[in-house]
Amino acid sequence: MTGIVGYGCYVPKRRIKVEEIAAQWGENAETLKNGLLVREKTVPAKDEDSVTIAYEAARNALKRAEIDPQEIGAVYIGSESKPYAVKPSATIVADALGITPAVHVADYEFACKAGSETVFVVYGLVKSGEIKYGLGIGSDTSQGAPKDPLEYTAAAGGAAFIMGNDNVIAEVIATYSYTTDTPDFWRRDGQSYPTHTGPFTGAPAYFHHTLNSAKGVMEKAKMTPKDITYCVFHQPNGAFPLRASKMLGFTKEQFEPGWVAPYIGNTYSGCSLLGLASVLDIAKANDIILVTSFGSGAGSDSFIFRVTERLEKVRNNAPLLKYYADRKQYVNYATYAFLRGKIKMRED
Amino acid sequence: MLTIPRNWREKPQRYMLKGGKCKDCGYTMYPARKVCPKCHSENIEIIDLPREGKILTYTVIYSAPEGFEDFSPYAVAIVELTNGARLMLQIVDTDFNNIEIGKKVSVVFRRLFVEGKAGIIIYGPKAIVED
Amino acid sequence: MRDVAVVGIGITNFGYLWEKSWRDLAVEASLEAIKSSGVDKIDSIYLGNFSGGTFVEQEHMAAILADYLGFLHIPSTRIENACASGGVALRHAYMEVASGMSDVVLVTGVEKMTDVVTSQGVYSLSMAADREYEGYQGVTFPGLFALVAKKYMHDFNATRKQLAAVAVKNHKNASKNPKAQFHNIITIDDVLNASIIADPLGLYDCSPMTDGAASVILMPLEKAKKLSNAAKPIKISGIAQATDTIALAQRNDFVTFQATIEAAKKAYQMAGKSPQDINVAEVHDCFTIAEICAIEDLGFFEKGKGAKATEDGLTEIDGKIPVNPSGGLKGKGHPVGATGIAQIVNLVEQLRGQAKDLQVNNAKVGLAHNLGGSGATVTVTILEVI
Repeated sequence: MTGIVGYGCYVPKRRIKVEEIAAQWGENAETLKNGLLVREKTVPAKDEDSVTIAYEAARNALKRAEIDPQEIGAVYIGSESKPYAVKPSATIVADALGITPAVHVADYEFACKAGSETVFVVYGLVKSGEIKYGLGIGSDTSQGAPKDPLEYTAAAGGAAFIMGNDNVIAEVIATYSYTTDTPDFWRRDGQSYPTHTGPFTGAPAYFHHTLNSAKGVMEKAKMTPKDITYCVFHQPNGAFPLRASKMLGFTKEQFEPGWVAPYIGNTYSGCSLLGLASVLDIAKANDIILVTSFGSGAGSDSFIFRVTERLEKVRNNAPLLKYYADRKQYVNYATYAFLRGKIKMRED
Repeated sequence: MLTIPRNWREKPQRYMLKGGKCKDCGYTMYPARKVCPKCHSENIEIIDLPREGKILTYTVIYSAPEGFEDFSPYAVAIVELTNGARLMLQIVDTDFNNIEIGKKVSVVFRRLFVEGKAGIIIYGPKAIVED
Repeated sequence: MRDVAVVGIGITNFGYLWEKSWRDLAVEASLEAIKSSGVDKIDSIYLGNFSGGTFVEQEHMAAILADYLGFLHIPSTRIENACASGGVALRHAYMEVASGMSDVVLVTGVEKMTDVVTSQGVYSLSMAADREYEGYQGVTFPGLFALVAKKYMHDFNATRKQLAAVAVKNHKNASKNPKAQFHNIITIDDVLNASIIADPLGLYDCSPMTDGAASVILMPLEKAKKLSNAAKPIKISGIAQATDTIALAQRNDFVTFQATIEAAKKAYQMAGKSPQDINVAEVHDCFTIAEICAIEDLGFFEKGKGAKATEDGLTEIDGKIPVNPSGGLKGKGHPVGATGIAQIVNLVEQLRGQAKDLQVNNAKVGLAHNLGGSGATVTVTILEVI
């Protein structure tokens, strides 16, 4: 049996409300909240980045996996907000967790699908017997330009998954990827903020790939939405995944446990994985979980998992997403702007 | 500022909170040393220090040294870990009013400082107050 | 070992001395000491300096001082022990004279701190702490002493107001010291309302950045007595140095400076004195809390009673034990490497009865306490009228 042996999440403590950002730009907060279905978003502290977030999430995953870090054969981080343009992130995390040096380590960039990408790859390596355990992490301190609609959602957070062949807490039943080059969102090298294409991000991009990938994996597993206990989708805002779940025929009960964007925001590569972590925080043995990620121009990965008895044994080895979600410190726009490096400081 | 080789050399302490324990008298220390400061034994083993402890004393620094200006004001505390080892740690993500002598803390992994826009980013331990 | 005396003293103005370089300051104080001693040659120089490298980008300073004094080719040695550089330089000069190796030794302390901006100065000073395990967490010197103050206030129910009494007293004393950096009288409220540097220490709880230099000439006591045109020699009857952990976190007790206790014990023993015999003390008040801990660790007050004693005026010039009549580091200024020597200069003036408005009545025995870092190095020196 191959699947998840440990999972962990982390989101920063600071939050900014949609009202606070809307007030800055003279926009209507209620309209925005109703449209985006996001109330507030996480903001990283000045000393947090996608590496520290990945570290904390992975540390939590290790606590649940109850394994010797030295047995991990691969560490991958998927992110759109690497602290360095050139210098790996995953080596820092692998070193700090005591996983190095006999380990394959790499950073992935694949738009918001980079996180699920790492899980997909370590799953393959583990299943083939090439490595005993593999650690895949999605972590981001998402960028959104001031006054851009993206600014209301671009958040920080991450989740980590250790895959293995024994002591599995959620078995992989099927995987499926659906990919085309559909350029609805990108960030050119050297640019601080991404560019997106408005309505084009919807039907031909997010929905086309998400729906086809989810349908593909269910078909492969010979399942229908009725067989699925929980569904999780990529969450660029609160509205897109809700609409996707409805279009696929999922109910509120199936969808809501993995719907984290309304109170976390869009954590880019962390999104769908945080949703999965949130579902694992409550799932019971034999529950079936569908996860479909999405990355702009990157397509969608889908997984179907079946939860095992072991999940409940290790769940409380590390904090649940609720723990992090409930610890909050609200900041105003000025503090947010400073924390996100939008205030031009003196450079020595 | 701290140079790259120096920080690289300190990775066991900075990244993994490695400390020392005297096999003769049991004294625990951060960082590990060649000689036990209590009994002069050279029989020191490297150990993983616990990541929980309590605040022995603390301050909030408003006037920061070069390299830390972006973080001020920030809290710093002397922390005693559960095995007795003591170390200096910044206390982050915690309202200053919630920092008190005796409060429980746990160690987190954060950026310690950044050498300008083009320089290295140094990571290491800080602590948060456990609510 | 020969008895050793201070024969000449020299000190510059302390403060922001924009026009003067470290060389100007060191030469000025040294020449004053040499001239006031009546000697025409010196055998050796010790220079106390903390961080020429970071403050003025100059190491190897001792040779420069010998050169600029016109005493080329004699040995000249720089001593660095953080804020105790001056006190430690004095002890080495003492040993050189006491041993018979040299007869006339110049000890100068100097620091030029204002050529850098404050954050750079704070950074330089932080190098006197444990760089790898304190500095990398962003701990400053005010921060270290704030950790001490927080614990002291917690353990002994001391108040910020009591700490402030140290600053008020030392500013009052400094106002009558023409060489001091500050001549303004301050109130308890001024101290309490000043901006916080490191909680609970505010601006007025901290000694300032200061430029300045101080010098003394040491000679064997018996030879000093024979000098025809010098001022009265003052005997160094006790001098001792001790260490403690450089990292504050490694101490069992954050409010007791063990190095002060150890150095004081040795110095008292060497001089055959006890704390009760001291008529005047210059102690290392780099922060208000430091003076409070010092007067306890030196044996003038019980542990935990120093704050109240200060508030009650027991350390005023006319108090039970006058502490820092010069204004101390707080009022007079704290040019780091010069401080330990400036304390000796101030005490010699007291013991010669030349301290003018700051004179302590009938001062016969004086004590200097010079502390480096957060107490990892301490020197205690006892001076006596012969």
